[in-house]
Amino acid sequence: MKVRFLSAGDRALVVEFGDRVDREVSERVLLLDAIIRSNPPVGIVETVPTFRSLTVYYDPLLTSRGELQPAIEPLLDLGDNPRTGARLWHVPVCYEGEFAPDLAEVARLTGLTPEDVVALHSGIQFHVYMLGFLPGFPYMGELPAQLALPRRADPRLRVPAGSISIATSLTAIYPYESPGGWHLIGATPIRMFDPERPKPALFAPGDAVRFQPIDTAAFASIRRAVENRNYQAECGPIVL
Amino acid sequence: MTPGLKVLSPGLHTTVQDLGRIGYQDIGVPVSGALDGFGLRLANALVGNPHAFAALEILVSGPTLEIAADTARLSLVGTGASLSVRGEKAKIVAAGQSVTVRLGDIVQIAVGRQSACCYLAAEGGIAVPKVLGSASTYVRAALGGLNGRALQREAVVPLAMACASERTELRAPAPASAPADRPIRVVLGPQQKYFRRETLATLLDAEFRVSKDTDRMGMRLEGPLLRHRRGWDIVSDAIATGSIQVPGSGQPIVLLADHQTTGGYPKIATVISADLPRLGGCRPGDPLRFVSVELEAAEEICREVEREFARLIAALEPTPHDGNLDLGSLYGENLISGVTAGFE
Repeated sequence: MKVRFLSAGDRALVVEFGDRVDREVSERVLLLDAIIRSNPPVGIVETVPTFRSLTVYYDPLLTSRGELQPAIEPLLDLGDNPRTGARLWHVPVCYEGEFAPDLAEVARLTGLTPEDVVALHSGIQFHVYMLGFLPGFPYMGELPAQLALPRRADPRLRVPAGSISIATSLTAIYPYESPGGWHLIGATPIRMFDPERPKPALFAPGDAVRFQPIDTAAFASIRRAVENRNYQAECGPIVL
Repeated sequence: MTPGLKVLSPGLHTTVQDLGRIGYQDIGVPVSGALDGFGLRLANALVGNPHAFAALEILVSGPTLEIAADTARLSLVGTGASLSVRGEKAKIVAAGQSVTVRLGDIVQIAVGRQSACCYLAAEGGIAVPKVLGSASTYVRAALGGLNGRALQREAVVPLAMACASERTELRAPAPASAPADRPIRVVLGPQQKYFRRETLATLLDAEFRVSKDTDRMGMRLEGPLLRHRRGWDIVSDAIATGSIQVPGSGQPIVLLADHQTTGGYPKIATVISADLPRLGGCRPGDPLRFVSVELEAAEEICREVEREFARLIAALEPTPHDGNLDLGSLYGENLISGVTAGFE
């Protein structure tokens, strides 16, 4: 798909690479973001990568779309420059009992056993497409096709913080208690967002994530360590 | 004693705001900040603060505060708003000027009929810690402000200065009054292609009303429904402040300072930044019309409004001694106590 430039008012220029959830589109978005961040044109306030576009916020007192677009266009041809700095995170998840209120229903709807659902969800490496909805809320994909389900017809008013959820082709973690319509198949004791950390959001767009099943005892012990600020989520360089 | 403003009654939704939390939208943190950035900056200028300092944003109904500092210099900005002081020297002070109050004085803020939004600044600023570079309150994730919440009864808003400096009080010249029913200007898009031409015409021709389901995240509009030509469930992208998002119901929502950073509904148009302060001053039930402008015009309006603001700041003048008690603005009050319910 051809790259499109769209204005979202007088302070935002959207560079759109596609119209679906797609890993190649995401890589182009993330690459342009990295290039702009490494050497931002004058007047850029911040950039926000999403599934299909990079939104470039700017200050009309310092620049304009007429100046920005020609400054960004040549950056689109920088080709297969690989992104650097992405991390692979290992996230402990308890897929049991009260932590997984929708696991049985997901199993029923998909025709799988709960054990199969957990094995599928914890058996692959996910790509963090973007953060949004709430501070630190990661949209990750792709789910194995067998787990794809529409959102719940009946959204919950209160989804607990730490809930591991799935819907459509994606999986996510709720950093805060909030309303939500995704299926809850587990929970993690780790803290997804903490404004006091040097990097407040645990994941960055473009990171990779694997889920590791833990039991309720391990959940409780990690939760205690997190509360004492004595827990470091496990991560390393991405292995493709 | 830590100098502060003791909250006797908090008002409907009074929060600490500055010019926003810039640079964290990529990790899902909304910008927040003042709904009317010019109002906040003027309030700061009147008490001699840098314009980006934090102040109290007051929506729909104002708080009552007891001064817990030797003296404090305050300024209130908001069309038609006024500040009344009960104490040794009782007085009523119209918005748009600074005033010095003393320990034990009771200050009551009356929000004007013309604008539901006003700003109370204090000389030296409000002494709350910055979170991610900003003092702005974002209630949903409890970031910034006073413990991440709107003002609560009995809380104390800490002030940076225990007594006001020796200087003359300042006032702003009366602003040229723009007609209140002037349409809100929008730039069409980014997803106007999801709507038929007739639907775009409806957006620009019809009168809408501000729904009671309005808060700092967004303003729901009542009026004709805006039907989608294609589906309404788009793959999420970023949301700019002022975006007019149209969910499946067809009832548009204008996204304001605390809006989510991303969303999955088509955005038919985006309110230009120069007109966002007017939205901040709207109450439930207020009528709204939209008119479309070209992007280049919107960018130029933004620059012109900034130049106008610079002229206004240059024209701040000393207040005549102990004069200018404006009782008229108080008689004109007829407060509506609306509800800013969330819509999640």
